[in-house]
Amino acid sequence: MMKTWQAVKRLLPMMSVFALILAGCGREDLSVLRPQGPVAESSLGLIKLSIMIMIVVLLIVFAIAAYVMIKFRRKPNQTEIPEQVEGNFKLEILWTVIPLILVVVLAIPTVKQVFAAGNDHSNDKNAIKVKVTGHQYWWEFEYGDYGVITAQDLVIPTGKDIAFELITKDVLHSFWVPSLSGKIDTNPAGTINRFSFSAQKEGVYRGKCAELCGPSHGFMEFKVKAVSNEEFEKWIESRKAPAVLPEDPALAKTFKDQCLQCHAVGDQGIANAPDLTGIGSREAIAGILINDDTREDGAPIEENLKTWLHDPQSVKPGNLMPNPKDLGLSDVEIDSIAEYLANYKLD
Amino acid sequence: MDWITTVDHKKIAILYLWAGGLFFGIGGLEAILIRIQLIKPMNDFLDAQTFNELITMHGTTMIFLGVMPVIFALMNAVIPLQIGARDVAFPFLNALGFWTFLFGGILLNLSWIMGGAPDAGWTSYAPLSSSTYSTTHGVDFYTIGLQIAGLGTLIGGINFLATIITMRAPGMSYMRMPMFAWTTFITSAIILFAFPAITVGLVLLTFDRILGANFFEVGGGGSPVLWQHIFWIFGHPEVYILILPAFGIISEVIPTFSRKRLFGYSSMVFATILIAFLGFMVWAHHMFTTGLGPVANALFSVSTMLIAVPTGIKIFNWLFTMWGGQVRFTTPNLFAAGFIPTFTMGGVTGVMLASAPADFQFHDTYFVVAHFHYVIVGGLVLGLFAGLHYWWPKMFGRMLSESLGKWTFWTFIIGFHMTFFVQHFLGLMGMQRRVFTYLPNQQFDLLNLVSTIGAFLMGVGMIIFLINIYLTSRKPADASNDPWEDGRTLEWTIPSPPPEYNFKQTPLVRGIDAFWKEKTAGHTAMTPAEPVGSIHMPSATAIPFVMSVGIFIAGLGFMFSRDEFGNALMSFLFNNYIVTAIGLLITFGAMLIRSLYDDHGWHIEPEELEGR
Ligand code: HEM
Ligand SMILES: [Cu+2]
Repeated sequence: MMKTWQAVKRLLPMMSVFALILAGCGREDLSVLRPQGPVAESSLGLIKLSIMIMIVVLLIVFAIAAYVMIKFRRKPNQTEIPEQVEGNFKLEILWTVIPLILVVVLAIPTVKQVFAAGNDHSNDKNAIKVKVTGHQYWWEFEYGDYGVITAQDLVIPTGKDIAFELITKDVLHSFWVPSLSGKIDTNPAGTINRFSFSAQKEGVYRGKCAELCGPSHGFMEFKVKAVSNEEFEKWIESRKAPAVLPEDPALAKTFKDQCLQCHAVGDQGIANAPDLTGIGSREAIAGILINDDTREDGAPIEENLKTWLHDPQSVKPGNLMPNPKDLGLSDVEIDSIAEYLANYKLD
Repeated sequence: MDWITTVDHKKIAILYLWAGGLFFGIGGLEAILIRIQLIKPMNDFLDAQTFNELITMHGTTMIFLGVMPVIFALMNAVIPLQIGARDVAFPFLNALGFWTFLFGGILLNLSWIMGGAPDAGWTSYAPLSSSTYSTTHGVDFYTIGLQIAGLGTLIGGINFLATIITMRAPGMSYMRMPMFAWTTFITSAIILFAFPAITVGLVLLTFDRILGANFFEVGGGGSPVLWQHIFWIFGHPEVYILILPAFGIISEVIPTFSRKRLFGYSSMVFATILIAFLGFMVWAHHMFTTGLGPVANALFSVSTMLIAVPTGIKIFNWLFTMWGGQVRFTTPNLFAAGFIPTFTMGGVTGVMLASAPADFQFHDTYFVVAHFHYVIVGGLVLGLFAGLHYWWPKMFGRMLSESLGKWTFWTFIIGFHMTFFVQHFLGLMGMQRRVFTYLPNQQFDLLNLVSTIGAFLMGVGMIIFLINIYLTSRKPADASNDPWEDGRTLEWTIPSPPPEYNFKQTPLVRGIDAFWKEKTAGHTAMTPAEPVGSIHMPSATAIPFVMSVGIFIAGLGFMFSRDEFGNALMSFLFNNYIVTAIGLLITFGAMLIRSLYDDHGWHIEPEELEGR
């Protein structure tokens, strides 16, 4: 007994070092190991518990393995035959019961959390309800209570539970914001999934699609932008303002005739494709061209829009947007539309 | 010609080995291409579509066409010998199983040159695998190729069940059977119950794609989640079909090179059966994020964790087999010794994945990629390497080079851990799986680089193994009956390679580890259970080959039955199912000949046996 305790004491520093390493792993806005909200935190709690148990198991197995492999190597002059042991009932019971106990230790919090995770907030008056629709290869977010639809950027107030309802318009996708919560699939209408999470700190978190959905599956990213409550209300208000079209009437016409066939801005167009209202304030274009004036993670927004509009296929292979050139837009027109969109900001 | 008509289990084993080796090579090449693409962020070595085809074919090829046949090779080579039989129960079916497998595999790989490989992942989830979203013939190659190959596996499984039930030597009760025979037996039982599920699933998917049925189409009243259930009801047991034989191999190799009998034999048997049983109960742990609801998630979580218990029993039994023994690190035993910690690491991450709320984070990330490669490569492939090195002298009469074997081991296992250990962290840091590239600055870059370097090292290990085979094949076939000197089971009592009839006289089994028991009693050979007599042998025949060619043609015909060909004759032939009919006619014709023409086989007479 004494010995086991000493072993545990010896393991403790190793485990804390390990926990530190884990905590330092990855970006704060992306890593499972650096949770930014209660749902991801409770998942990480389970992950840590299971890692600890598993490390103990591994250490025991490794230790016995190393011991037998070193101690019982055949020596050059060994010829006598080792005793042919049949087994050992007590030992075998021991290594049946111990794993069983470990499993129970892990199973109890698992079951608890499974039911906690099933506790969705769709009837919670204080929760923000968002309907998520997956498309090849972009995300649509509908704030039903506010009559607002956006794409690619999910804006949420901090501290509030967000109640999601998820479906897909085409193939299966999976909605995942590692630092805020585990993932959940988007199934076709008929099998709607619900879940919820919340963010504690303001900031931008990276979201991903986690189910193979075609060539650009890896590029089906989105951003979750957590803002204060006031900012959120302000955002909703400005989101509802009527459309701002290009000042130049010719350009406005081209934009309306060509782009608003699929896209929407404010009260105009239709939303077969990502809504473009206030796109100048977005975190990213097409989910992956990150808007960053410092050029660390991406490029300034106007440049990103140009990259996208000059050749959508090269940015996201297999995506369903036609090349504006094929729609009859000249390079100059494309550049002016990019400029207009870049300046179309929400106040 | 000899090879096309053979029905001898030992030759079929070699056929399986070469075919498996070929497909394994293709799958490995695909893996290397995938890893090259992922060596750095935003790499453009491959385009997205090709990448998706590569991951799909890599997974499909490795699981169905790479490791399965190598497992079947070892089973064919060893099982009849281990149980003291002269062949398998149905030699004709054995050949048929091989040929349907081979032609299914060829059909699947033809997709590379016939207009697009399957691209919906090896799991082919609907609706991505439907004809709406996967517009090439790729997924048709998948459904029909796997259907034909799966037929072969099912035939093989049934054959081994019958063989083990009916053909054990006198005295070999079930509880005296070698562990590899036991795991083969249980594996075959799993095949019998699991493969019908995928057969049905593939038929439904084929009908959806080719005949416009709506099984998985929401618009038509179907459900894409139904495909996931069908697929995993097969798919989960499938991973036990893969790993149990490896358990069996390890349970043979470790006792031999520890000079001790297997510790806790009966608990090993019990654990094997329990694993097989639980294997059928846990399929939905692949679907935690599908939205099954908390009750299902909780039940499948707990039942999955339970598998850790019998698996743990096995690991400790192996360790205690070595305890107090005289352990010799020959190449096979190196692989077996490497297997134990590596597989344990894969096992513990499996328990982690079983916890549904944690799996919401792990699922479909590189953590999962790491986990199943630890199990399949670190478990099964290391097991197969152990088995191949161990039984190579029995199969070919030549010992593989020990020093090259050790080089293979060290490069392979170091490369393996480099490749896959870091992927656990990639997953936890937010990298999803099946992505053809990733954005820079996400802290994924370094670990991906390490992973790719590791993959190359594994490739080096494989090449050394091939060199070893080549060099060995040029040496004289002079291995003795019992080349490892401490053989415990019946296969080591007969010449290497064994004569056509295996045992001149069926041996009498007097205990577990029959040969070892005789050796310790001072005997050098088994006591025969029968006098020397005339031995009945089945005749060689090309009918299984012809039948498989027929099925192959029918499959191709069906796949292209809806196509417009530029050529009127071709369109006529395919669109009216004429090609399909010709293929089926060949198959049924061959079956008819087989039933009408009575073939009683032939005999090897005692004089001939003595005169060798
Ligand atoms: C020249 C006119 C167009 C402009 C300026 C335009 C602009 C854009 C922009 C800026 C994005 C990225 C939006 C984001 O951040 O989510 C985008 C994506 C997309 N557009 Fe357009 N678009 C045009 C025409 C069209 C048309 C006519 C269609 C439909 C046939 C279309 C379909 C799509 C789709 C499906 C996406 C999502 C791609 C993905 O992320 O997978 N677009 N478009
Ligand atoms: Cu996706």
